[in-house]
Formats: sequence, C-alpha cells, structure tokens
Amino acid sequence: MNPQPLNLSTAVAERFARLKERPVILDVRALSKAFYSGGAVHHALDRISFQVHRREFTCVLGPSGCGKSTLIRTIAGLESPTSGEILLDGHPVKGPGPDRGMVFQGYTLFPWLTVKKNVMFGLQMSGQASSIAESEAREWIALVGLSKFENSYPHQLSGGMKQRVAIARALANRPRILLMDEPFGALDAQTRFQMQAYLLQIWKNLDVTILFITHDLDEAVYLSDRILVLGSDPSRVAEWIENPVPRPRNRSQFDSPEFKATRSRLENLIHPQREEVVEQSPIPRMTTVGDDVE
Amino acid sequence: MPFVPVPVGFSGVIVCFSFLIPILLWSAVSYLPVIWHPLVKITDASKVPYFKPDMLVEKKTFALENEKLRLAGIPPASGIPANPVFLPAPHEVVEAMYRSFITPPRRNGEPWLHESLWHSIRIIFWGFFWSSLFGVPLGILCGTFPLFARLGEPVVDFIRYMPAPVFGALAVAVMGIYDGPKIAIIFIGTFFQQVLVVANTTRKLDPSLVEAAQTLGAGRLQILFKVVLPGISTDLYNDMRILLGWAWTYLIVAEYIGASSGITYFINQQAKYRIYDNVFAAILIIGVIGFASDRLLDSLGRHLFPWKSPRSVGVGKQDSADDSERACP
Repeated sequence: MNPQPLNLSTAVAERFARLKERPVILDVRALSKAFYSGGAVHHALDRISFQVHRREFTCVLGPSGCGKSTLIRTIAGLESPTSGEILLDGHPVKGPGPDRGMVFQGYTLFPWLTVKKNVMFGLQMSGQASSIAESEAREWIALVGLSKFENSYPHQLSGGMKQRVAIARALANRPRILLMDEPFGALDAQTRFQMQAYLLQIWKNLDVTILFITHDLDEAVYLSDRILVLGSDPSRVAEWIENPVPRPRNRSQFDSPEFKATRSRLENLIHPQREEVVEQSPIPRMTTVGDDVE
Repeated sequence: MPFVPVPVGFSGVIVCFSFLIPILLWSAVSYLPVIWHPLVKITDASKVPYFKPDMLVEKKTFALENEKLRLAGIPPASGIPANPVFLPAPHEVVEAMYRSFITPPRRNGEPWLHESLWHSIRIIFWGFFWSSLFGVPLGILCGTFPLFARLGEPVVDFIRYMPAPVFGALAVAVMGIYDGPKIAIIFIGTFFQQVLVVANTTRKLDPSLVEAAQTLGAGRLQILFKVVLPGISTDLYNDMRILLGWAWTYLIVAEYIGASSGITYFINQQAKYRIYDNVFAAILIIGVIGFASDRLLDSLGRHLFPWKSPRSVGVGKQDSADDSERACP
C-alpha cells in the first residue's frame, strides 16, 4: 500500500501532526473475521490494522457488502474475531461493553421506554441511583435538543429524532469511543444534512472519539478527519486518507477544490470499474418497447 | 393499508351488523311462517283422538287427518305453522336466559345455572393458571437460550399432537372424578401449545434491541428482565388471549370427564328435559362471557401498554397509527 497523499495545506498538515501525537484510543491489529456456513468459508475481514487517536473523527468507507458492518460489530464486541486483536486504551476487547457506545442504522430505541428512560438505561445498568441517572439523562436529552419530548415514546418521534435519542443514549455512558454504523442511512436527505451538522457540533463540544461507518462519499468527506477505505471480498485496508478539507466544516465547502479532489479520489477507489461492468451486461431490448422513450 | 378501507367512523356500526345479520336470519326463520316451519302447532284438536292443543305434528299428518274429518263431515282441526322444538325463537331464548337464572333446578341438589357457570369458570381459571405458571417461563427460556430450545421443544412438539382428551381416563385414574382431572385436561390442552407459542414470540424479538442493550453494558440477567420480558410483553399478552380461547374449547371435553359438571352438565340436563330455549341460553351465555372477557382484556391491554396498542383479533381493530409508523420510518 503506497498512498499518494492528497495535497494538504500547512494548517491542515499541522493539525494532523498534532492529532497523531494524541494518545491512541483504539488499536486494531491484524483483525480477521471469517464466517462458516455449510462448509463454505466467507472471509469478511482480512488482516485489518489501524489506529484511532483521541477525539479523532474517523470514517470507514467501502463498497456495499465489503464488511464495514462486520468490522464495527467486531469492535463493539458483538462478533468475535477469527484472529487478530482489538485494543481499547491498551486493553484487549472481550465482548460488548459500555466503554464502546454504539448507534445502529435501524432504530434500536426500546419502544416500551420513554425518551428519558431510554437515555437512563445504560446508567441504570451500571448501577447508578435513578435520581442521578435521571438528572444526567435530562442533560443529555437537552444536548440533543429533545427536552420537550423526554416523556414521549419512540413511536411518537420522527426518524431523525429517534437517532438523536440513540446518540444521547450511547453518549450518556461516557464511552471511550462512539461507534456509528451508518446511523443516518435510513433518513431522508434533508434530515441527514441536519443530523451531520448536529453530530459535528456534538463532537466539537465533547471529549468523544468517533468511528463512523458510511457508504456515502459526501458524508465521509464532510465529517471525517481521516477516512479508512476498505476494499471488498475479503476486505482489506485499501487506503488511509487524510482529509484535506479544513475545519470548521460547512456546506459551502462541498464546492471547494479540496472537497472535490478527495471525493473523486474516493470515487476511484470504490467504483473503479463501474463503466466496464455496465458494458459487460447489456440489457436486451424488449420487442414491445416503443420509440416514444428516448 | 387494506385494499378497501372501512369508511371512517363506521367501524362501530359494522361491528353491530356483525351481530345483527345472524340475529335477523334467526328471526326470519322463527317469525316468518313462509320460511321453513315444517310442523303444525295444534290450536283446536276438533275430533282427532290423539291431537291435543299445543301439540306439534307434521304438516302431512295434519292434512291427512283433516281430510278424514272433511269426509266424515266434521269441522277440521286448526293449527299454525311451527318450527321444531329444537329451534326456539329469539324472544324465547332471551326469556329463557332471564328465566334460567331465577328458576330453581328441577331436582334437589342440581346446581343453578349461575352455579354451573361459576364452576366452569373456576375450572378454566385454574387450568390456565397452572399452565401459564409453567408454560410461560419455559417458553421464554426456550426462546432465549438455544440449549433449552433443543432440550425442550422436540418432546413438547411430540406431546402437543396427542389430543388432550385422550388423557381423560388416565387423569381420572390418577386424580379422582371431581375437579382434578378436569383442570388437568385444560392444563394438557393449553400447556404444550403455550410453550411453543411463547418460545416463538420470544424468538421474534428484534435481536438488535438485545445488541443495543449489550453495548449499553447490560448483563445476561438484565437483558432477560429489562429487555426480553418488556420487549415481548405485548405479543405475549395477545398470545395469552388467544390461548385462553383455546382453553374454553377444552372445557366441554374436560367437563364430560369423571362426574359431569359445570355448564356442560347444565346443557345436557336441559336437553334431556327437552327445554331447548335453556340450551340456547346457556350456549349464548358462554359466548357472551368469552366475548366480554376478550374485549375486557383488549382494553386492559391498551392501558397496560401505552407505547403500543396490542393487535386485537378482529373487532375494534384500530392500530392505524402503528401501521403508518411502520410504513414511513
């Protein structure tokens, strides 16, 4: 792997230098994961190694079916690795735990609990007195701007609101790292923009490290410090990209040269053979197709 | 969204019609002499030796006897068209419903209707209680832990196919002739279905809720009590409502076993005395009790589970809010 770095401005380059001096929170070492089904072996992850520093915002990008979800689920402890290891603050990860908060793509709020009780859930699991848990939960709910809805049930909320509660619920445990598995994938474009801006705000104001999975190139460039690009089948680290777009981020940067350069770099990495594939599988013309469709 | 939705505000009217239609049919057969009425009820016997007032005779016999009287120059017997004794008219049944509660039993020691009913309800209650006491926890265990499922479900599935009544003779031999074997039959009829149904309901719980709880630091017992139990509670509640309906169907078999008792005994006695209005009254009362208790459990469910209206079976189904939520996430 010999990445040609994108041109970084001095300010951005200095920022990355500082970032790399921070302590390593997550250290993934030669992680492999294979699934066995009916004698066949499917290698989902093949010797993946990378490090995430404190307060870094890392995006993991890859073609669909490349094992992004498997990677984040293994880090969360929901899957066990076939080989390799995951260190969190230098300690090996064994099974799921509250030090790694997770926000799923689907809505995983507990439907029988109100917003407040959902956010209190993790705190109560760790044995917090419910009065303390309640006042802390209120603060987290205020942070995601849902104080008015603290006594609502999840089915009364919109998709974006549900994901905000899910973020508050994960953050309430004060995790070392926040794992996000395509959290905005099911939202409409408008809400997704809002949620991305929201997430950047939260990240700026809290001491939180984020590992964010997405298949949306714009989302990855807009949010991340660094982007881990995975190749597919089995997935390896294809490239580690240092995002040259300066912070603070805003939507007008979408047209900036850095943004476009990064985006096209990602495009080439993820969809290199797209046109050939189309030509290889021509769609037969149906005899009943008329001439009125251009 | 159903293909042809019920017009808004009409669902209550339609529920009424669901009862009104059979009642209208029954009334038509009972009150319109042109429909069916295969018999003649004698009002004036004239000179036919074996005719008596209020006697029911075949139309053919009636015509034959009148023909004989006409030839002899005697005025004919008269009568009105009637239905057989086993099809009483609606008003007779309503009357009987009321009367059967205030009429003392024919023989000393026979139970009143309300005593018979109460006895039946007690049998159902205890059978269902014991079944649920063991069946629900076992079902949840099987649904949660694959080990228990492998261990328990095959044998339960095997026994489930044995009809509960075949255990009747055995139950009498072991538990005597009174309530014991009857409760046992309800238990056997309910328990094995219950384990499998509850296990299935537990397995249907969204696994990502369990995973979310794990990433929030919940341990195994916490997941069982704080996630699995509340997560399945609405579906479990509906399962229990349906299973309670099954328990009622086993009641009639159970009450034949050993010393016949309860509502079944009452119905059999009334049929022996040929008081069919009472038979119909008792059957309808069973229906009323079943329907009323199901409605009661349904509305109770709405209060127990404010986050979700439980899917009701048929009547009064109004969970459109729930559906639209699922349609547009």
